[in-house]
Amino acid sequence: MAVDANRAKEIIAKRIAMELKDGQLVNLGIGLPTLVANYIPDGVNVVLQSENGMVGMGPTPEEGKEDKYITNAGGQLVTIQPIGAFFDTAMSFSLIRGGHVDVTVLGALEVDQEGNLSNWIIPGKLVPGMGGAMDLVTGAKKVIVAMQHTAKGELKIKKRCELPLTAKGQVDMIVSELGVMAVTAEGLVLKEIHRDTTVEEVISLTEAELIIDDNIKVMEI
Amino acid sequence: MNKIVDYAGIKPLLKDGMTMMIGGFLGCGTPEGLIDLIIELELKELTIIGNDTSFVDRGIGRLVANGNVKQVIVSHIGTNPESGKRMTEGTMAVELSPQGTLIERIRAGGSGLGGVITPTGVGTIVEEGKNKILLAGREYLIEMPLRADVALVYASTADTFGNCYYRGTTKNFNPIIALAADTVIVEAETVVAAGEINPEVIMTPGVLVDYVVKGEY
Repeated sequence: MAVDANRAKEIIAKRIAMELKDGQLVNLGIGLPTLVANYIPDGVNVVLQSENGMVGMGPTPEEGKEDKYITNAGGQLVTIQPIGAFFDTAMSFSLIRGGHVDVTVLGALEVDQEGNLSNWIIPGKLVPGMGGAMDLVTGAKKVIVAMQHTAKGELKIKKRCELPLTAKGQVDMIVSELGVMAVTAEGLVLKEIHRDTTVEEVISLTEAELIIDDNIKVMEI
Repeated sequence: MNKIVDYAGIKPLLKDGMTMMIGGFLGCGTPEGLIDLIIELELKELTIIGNDTSFVDRGIGRLVANGNVKQVIVSHIGTNPESGKRMTEGTMAVELSPQGTLIERIRAGGSGLGGVITPTGVGTIVEEGKNKILLAGREYLIEMPLRADVALVYASTADTFGNCYYRGTTKNFNPIIALAADTVIVEAETVVAAGEINPEVIMTPGVLVDYVVKGEY
């Protein structure tokens, strides 16, 4: 299955959007995870958190209605919904660490079959810092990794992460353009695959040992 | 008590080698006039504590790019290429602290607490060199409190006694750093007489604040 990066991201974002339930407090990371907000099904109202200090984050403001003091965690101008609230960083991370955030969606450099995640540093090459990622992954009730299955041919879903970890054993679910995987006590279970791929292809593009679910499904997107 | 000063009145308070906490998240809620002042004073060897090193042309990022900084203690440097460059060259030290841990370390420093016990960072390189503690079957890191010589706070509105109100997402680190420094300087976009801000919406009580300067930038 060959798709370009934009199509892959769309597939991933659409599938993750289906995981969100009405009333949940959700934190979407910068980049691909942010796209999830575009595909939340009708009738499902989630509350989006932005860790710089807001719940009830709304979309990009209309032209002429920008407010330079309402920004998201990427520094872009956003809006606040009628149910929303602003607060300082201590409150924001009490929400995050305290288990009040139902779902966090983050990108990954690597993820492994034990639910370990690496997404904040490539030693000697790229050192952006962890920002709020370590707290989010440690504190959120459900951690979903949104990632393209491979990067320039490199396998990113590993037996064991080689890069420094963001958190140990905290990932619950991995969604790529090829499929949906769940981290379980038994190992990494392939639950769904995209209609244009095969189980064999997914296995060949995954370094981790995949357990194939007896009831494996086609991703409904 | 009137705490209002102009930028000239702030100059003698800021010195080479100081540890400074500076408010803002990617520059939103950073007192840019005080950043200008540090650049004008050509201060050297500063240790800056804040959320991030912003962008090269904004907030803390300008101090990094201008070479005023010896060390930063932040959660993120990825939006400012100058930070990575200086870290790699060895001309600026970078201590990365998870954002939720960093803010609690500052809160602890300003609240008389001996440290922070947090699960964040367990099993990662963040735990290197730190004490761990097992409580009710779960592992935690013990993270040390942070304090500074000076806190540079941005407020949307401050009164003459230093009571502060922060609009929108400008709050971030500002109300917390106001607790944790020996000298607290507020740069306010609007300055009003004491009593004009509804006490119900004041986030930083003026008793914490030493100086208020009307923002000009």
